[in-house]
Amino acid sequence: MTQAFDAAAQQDLLESRTRVALDLARQLGAEACEVGASVDQGVGVSVREGEVETVELSRDQGIAVTVYVGQRKGSASSSDAGEASVRAAVEKALAIARHTGEDPASGLAEAALMATDLPDLEVHHPWPLSIDEATELALRCEAAGRGVTGIKSSDGASLSSGEGVRVYANSHGFLGSQRGSRHSLSCMLIAEDENGMQRDYDYTSARDPRDLLAAEAVGESAARRTLSRLGAQRPATGRMPVLFDPTLASGLVGHLMSAIAGGALFREASFLCDRLGDPLFPEWFSLGERPMEVGAMASSPFDNDGVQTRDNVFIQDGRLASYMLSAYSARRLGLATTGNAGGARNLRITAPLERREALLERMGRGVLVTELMGQGVNGVTGDYSRGAAGFWVEDGKIQHPVEEFTIAGNLETMFQGLVGVGSDTDTRGSIHTGSWLIDEMMVAGG
Amino acid sequence: MTSQTHDMLDDASDLLLTPGDLDLAALDAGLGHAMGRGIDYADLYFQRTWHEGWVLEDGEVKEASYNIDGGVGVRALAGEKTGFAYSNQITADALAETGRTAAGIVRSGERQRVAPGVAIAPAARYAGIDPLSGLSAEDKIAMLKLADRVARAADPSVAQVSASLTGVHEVVLVRASDGTLAADIRPLVRFNVSVIAVKNGRRERGSAGGGGRFAMARLRDDNVAERYAREAVRQALVNLEAVDAPAGQMPVVLGPGWPGILLHEAVGHGLEGDFNRKGSSAFAGRIGERVASKGVTVVDDATLADRRGSMSVDDEGTPGQCTPLIEDGILTGYMQDKLNARLMGMAPTGNARRESFAHLPMPRMTNTYMRAGSDDPADILKSVRRGIYAVSFGGGQVDITSGKFVFSASEAYLIEDGKITAPVKGATLIGNGPEAMGRVSMIGHDMELDTGIGVCGKEGQGVPVGVGQPTLKLDELTVGGTQS
Repeated sequence: MTQAFDAAAQQDLLESRTRVALDLARQLGAEACEVGASVDQGVGVSVREGEVETVELSRDQGIAVTVYVGQRKGSASSSDAGEASVRAAVEKALAIARHTGEDPASGLAEAALMATDLPDLEVHHPWPLSIDEATELALRCEAAGRGVTGIKSSDGASLSSGEGVRVYANSHGFLGSQRGSRHSLSCMLIAEDENGMQRDYDYTSARDPRDLLAAEAVGESAARRTLSRLGAQRPATGRMPVLFDPTLASGLVGHLMSAIAGGALFREASFLCDRLGDPLFPEWFSLGERPMEVGAMASSPFDNDGVQTRDNVFIQDGRLASYMLSAYSARRLGLATTGNAGGARNLRITAPLERREALLERMGRGVLVTELMGQGVNGVTGDYSRGAAGFWVEDGKIQHPVEEFTIAGNLETMFQGLVGVGSDTDTRGSIHTGSWLIDEMMVAGG
Repeated sequence: MTSQTHDMLDDASDLLLTPGDLDLAALDAGLGHAMGRGIDYADLYFQRTWHEGWVLEDGEVKEASYNIDGGVGVRALAGEKTGFAYSNQITADALAETGRTAAGIVRSGERQRVAPGVAIAPAARYAGIDPLSGLSAEDKIAMLKLADRVARAADPSVAQVSASLTGVHEVVLVRASDGTLAADIRPLVRFNVSVIAVKNGRRERGSAGGGGRFAMARLRDDNVAERYAREAVRQALVNLEAVDAPAGQMPVVLGPGWPGILLHEAVGHGLEGDFNRKGSSAFAGRIGERVASKGVTVVDDATLADRRGSMSVDDEGTPGQCTPLIEDGILTGYMQDKLNARLMGMAPTGNARRESFAHLPMPRMTNTYMRAGSDDPADILKSVRRGIYAVSFGGGQVDITSGKFVFSASEAYLIEDGKITAPVKGATLIGNGPEAMGRVSMIGHDMELDTGIGVCGKEGQGVPVGVGQPTLKLDELTVGGTQS
């Protein structure tokens, strides 16, 4: 990177600032306090049609202070971690805590739960990349895509690379720091036929730049995906099986996790309230998290409460085995925290995996969905209705692209109706899953 | 206006520049760093925001937060190239460093001069005030508790009530190499109520809210706590009775106000200058062509008084304006920022917006709405034998290249033989922007703007927007329900 980023020095600085904030809060009357601070720095280069379009250097920082006075709470944050700003944030948080109401569930997580096993999970892999090198990679990626016959134009290729440090500390004496990095390269292309334009993209993303796919492979894949959409028709309306592409199947996992998150449960804003132990999926399906996995996207030994993370199993043999709780939401529900303040980390599925071809054959006639649009997911009722694009499948084979249709159902019925998981696992994000075949949904097309 | 402009500039300068030992005169030198070799335009965007939020749950205000953010974004343009860097320090050193970084986008060519700053004197579209002051913490808490009491008293099925009151005091100052010098103080407030109603084992949500660019005290004076609490409960109770939505193609009647989100998605994004310059919009190159039914007139209007999407000046210092996009069905204009306007040989339209100093400006919508027609809304409903009447939406999305849009109704009803019958749940509408606009067959005389709740996302940047429209009939749209 062209800007120097001394992660060790930044970590020292943030740690000292969080200590200052904790001390100050104590001095000014807080009985308990927690502080989160972070700094991130990165470079983003985008090219379009063979020319550099933007070069963006980013550097973001912030500090957030939460104070507790009795059972009252106040929070304040600042994008500047200078001493004056830290002081202002602490004072403002305390001022707020004078007005908020008492909350019996309020407060830090129990001191005994603070993480003590804090190994280096190897998620910090800086990329000493010059702007010229970044540009070159983006240009090579785009050129590979534009070079594929049938591509009309490019909507651009972008490379971004960044690293940062985050620190969490609280008045139990816990202080956890983590350095991390993320790098990605993406390409979006446009193709056109007599029916109009279509565009699609592909990307690669990793914590370690050595794990990124080759620039050319990303561009070529984006081109294949774009071309495959030309000539899209509207599918027939009716009930039929739906195969969710891995990127979209991970979205379904996300909806499940939102529904078993403590915040949704104590607000009664989930279709999975009071369902612990119930069978939600077929027996062959289990889902858990691996927060301590070395080098993975969401690895961390401590959660946002400072609590030691652990390998939770959320779905065991199809049954809802655990909710996803922070210290606060656990208290609200009369349960114990699961070390999930800030969410789940590195979700992994255990299931017999099948080749995509085999799933298509099992499906017979239906739609393979590769893109979803809109926000038609109701977490309170589980109702699911979204715009989609993908491919028509007949006789177990992909026939032609389809677009401008909706797929609808209810998440609970969809989970029950999961009939197969593909071996085509997408490992780019923090949720790893292959395709999901759902036995029946309502498809509304032409 | 001139004296007010000077006050605004002085106020902004005091808040943004003085703490870092800078003044307006020092900005010429700061800008000079960004005007490196081959750079043909550069700008400095100073911003500071004070954000406050109060949240009520379980009848208590248990949480409140306060956030201070600010810094300077420095942009250097050379042809179609953009260099960008930012800093949360507003000092001479930070201007020099970010300026040189941004200018690094090109390294050869002539060095151009920075034009002397000329203060822009826009008409004020809202009062340049700090909206957070004027109501005490006790007043704010009392409003939230009132909403809670009203919602719980409204119906025994109400199980959960959450309410929030948020406000932002934003101060910006723009100085550009073309001589632009402008400042703006933008208040923005919002009150929201969300309820969960439970009846016979069924659970549904209802929500309502609104706000705009004015003082928090006005929310109290307008009694929004009570109004939005009642509205949220009403919506939840309707949804408790809702039946599954039908699936397939059918006529759709959109209610007035917030359903204008359809226009925002189906038409608005496709008319933003950047997508049209790059040819990636389904509307590219179609100015002067028919893109909607006769009678359809759509404008983007930053000048509406006190509205959520309004801007006295945009984030490049161009005064906000009312831009006709579609007139009587004919495409008449795009929304532009300076970069895209210049590259397309058009004039900027005051639509340059950015989420913050740490984001690049882009052409964005402000308040986008369809003007009223002449049909009676009752006649519009009567004309439908079997269809959907959608009055509120959760959100939407568009693929500007294919023109496909999707949005999800949060309150909708069946229309049977011209009458509104059962409420339906889970209805998603999907269509193609240009096609859908060609299927508008009736336009009501009841144009309404939304209550002030919209946030538009584009390339990861969120900005507040307004939408509006009269009651509209679309002859055919795909409804994505579960019932055939």
